[in-house]
Amino acid sequence: MATIKVQTRFAASARSASIERSIRRGVLYVVVIVTALMFVFPYFWTVASSLKSPLELMRWPPTVIPRELHPENYPAVFKEAPFAQFLWNSSVVTASATLGQVLSALVVAYGFARLRFPARGFLFSLCLSTMILPPQVTIVPLFLLFRKMHWIDTLYPLIVPAYFGSAFSIFLLRQFIMTIPYELDEAAIIDGASRLSVLWHIIMPNSGPAIATVAVFSFLGHWNAFLEPFIFLNTNTKFTLPVGLRYLMRIPTGPGLPKDNLLMAASVMMTLPVIILFFVAQEYFVQGIVTTGLKG
Amino acid sequence: MAVRTLSRPRRWSGEMRREALQGFLCISPWLVGFVAFALGPMIASAYYSLTDYRILRAPDFVGLDNYKEALTADPLFWRSFERTAVWTVATVPAGIIGSLIAAILLHQGLRGTSIYRTMYFLPSLTPTVAASLLWMWMLHPDAGVVNWLLSLVGIRGPGWLSSTKWVVPALAMISLWTGIGGGRMVIFLAGLQGIPEELYEAAEIDGAGTLRKMLHITVPLMTPTIFFNLIMGILGSFRAFDMAFLTTEGGPAYASYFFALHIYYHAFQYYSMGYACALSWFLFAIIVILTAIQFGSSRRWVFYQAVR
Repeated sequence: MATIKVQTRFAASARSASIERSIRRGVLYVVVIVTALMFVFPYFWTVASSLKSPLELMRWPPTVIPRELHPENYPAVFKEAPFAQFLWNSSVVTASATLGQVLSALVVAYGFARLRFPARGFLFSLCLSTMILPPQVTIVPLFLLFRKMHWIDTLYPLIVPAYFGSAFSIFLLRQFIMTIPYELDEAAIIDGASRLSVLWHIIMPNSGPAIATVAVFSFLGHWNAFLEPFIFLNTNTKFTLPVGLRYLMRIPTGPGLPKDNLLMAASVMMTLPVIILFFVAQEYFVQGIVTTGLKG
Repeated sequence: MAVRTLSRPRRWSGEMRREALQGFLCISPWLVGFVAFALGPMIASAYYSLTDYRILRAPDFVGLDNYKEALTADPLFWRSFERTAVWTVATVPAGIIGSLIAAILLHQGLRGTSIYRTMYFLPSLTPTVAASLLWMWMLHPDAGVVNWLLSLVGIRGPGWLSSTKWVVPALAMISLWTGIGGGRMVIFLAGLQGIPEELYEAAEIDGAGTLRKMLHITVPLMTPTIFFNLIMGILGSFRAFDMAFLTTEGGPAYASYFFALHIYYHAFQYYSMGYACALSWFLFAIIVILTAIQFGSSRRWVFYQAVR
């Protein structure tokens, strides 16, 4: 008798615990989904606004779904400002600077990871410590230097420095190269391979993911950079996208007519390549973030 | 004597010398870049900071006058310093706590987690310029969606970016939108996955609830990552420039006038390069001191899990 009573009480409490558990689970789902929707809502709003007419933009209350679609806002951006030129300039800078950042980081990281030379540890810490250097400290002398070289209002100041290594990429690649077994290098060296051919034939083919990670972050950095291009470029035909978007924002419009639809269309066009890159190279994003974050 | 020769050979073998040479050759791009784009400009900046330099005329040596002027005769120096400190306090802790909560939410093994993770992460990909433009539009006092949503629950929204009171909270909101689900959350998530399940099981047997498990297992084991992100967060917030410059240019009434904007205006609007260089050294000094303090204090509160 007594045992049966205990058993039912136990079953009841187990049942109530499982009900409590599923309620908790449900609340968790609601919280996670609602916050996720809040995070992407501004994206939805940008796209919706980019398709509205100026008149509809000013409507109160705002329309959530545009009443009429105006896809012609997108080509209108190209008429309003030299947007094709911005796109081209940004592509040139991003492609050539990314190439430079990957190549230089690969060679430098190989040196730090594999070759022994005096003061190696010190130089590597020095390299890492440049990461805390705020750009504001060097930008004035760099501006004066580039002015002397007649590089102001050209894309060179945005590209050339990338060929001289960035601390972040060097660090990331060095950490990765150190995980490649040194026996592979040794075997090749015994076979008479030079250091250069070890780098080319052994390190590079084995560093694919790390190289992709550096390339992805370099792409993001150069595509999004605002301060340097803003200071080093003056003419609107030389602008990269970030500076060009600010230019577009500041062009005066007719009285009372907002052009936020054009600004939103331009923002969509600027953000889209980044999002595509993210979906293509998602694993490298995560890898890059995690190696620098956890081992840093 | 014998020991000495053993531990440090007096003459380098040809092999070692060659390796050292190749090593220097490999790192030479960085070495050249370091001298040309970091060390050289730093030395130049240190010199300019001691001069009155108005770009068209040669620099005129004035000793420590620029530093003295900043500390005693430039009210905007202190104003921008105070604004930057407020900005740091408003964004760094909230950003770290937000990312940690987001990571914990994504670590519950819910169905569709990879979709939610992507949704949290997407805002961090938005270029700053695009994020600034879109929030300027969403925060528009009369036509913005934020004030419309607030009006639905009977709140009359403020002027946000044009209000001295609301501009910093508004900018903080933008920076949290781009920051919470970004790299920091991914790092926390990786950290959470590294915590051994046995610890939670042991705590459960001892009767610990969700909150206790979080406070006594999750957070202590995450301190190294929290610490790293604290450093990075403070470094970032002290250089904050892009968003404030794009949305408000420091206004209204200098309410979002951060230190980096003060440097920018002196360097590239008033062309007082010497003074701007002096200002930038204050920024650098603050960053170095804060980083040193964090490393110094980390031993007290950062818990490193014993591995191996």
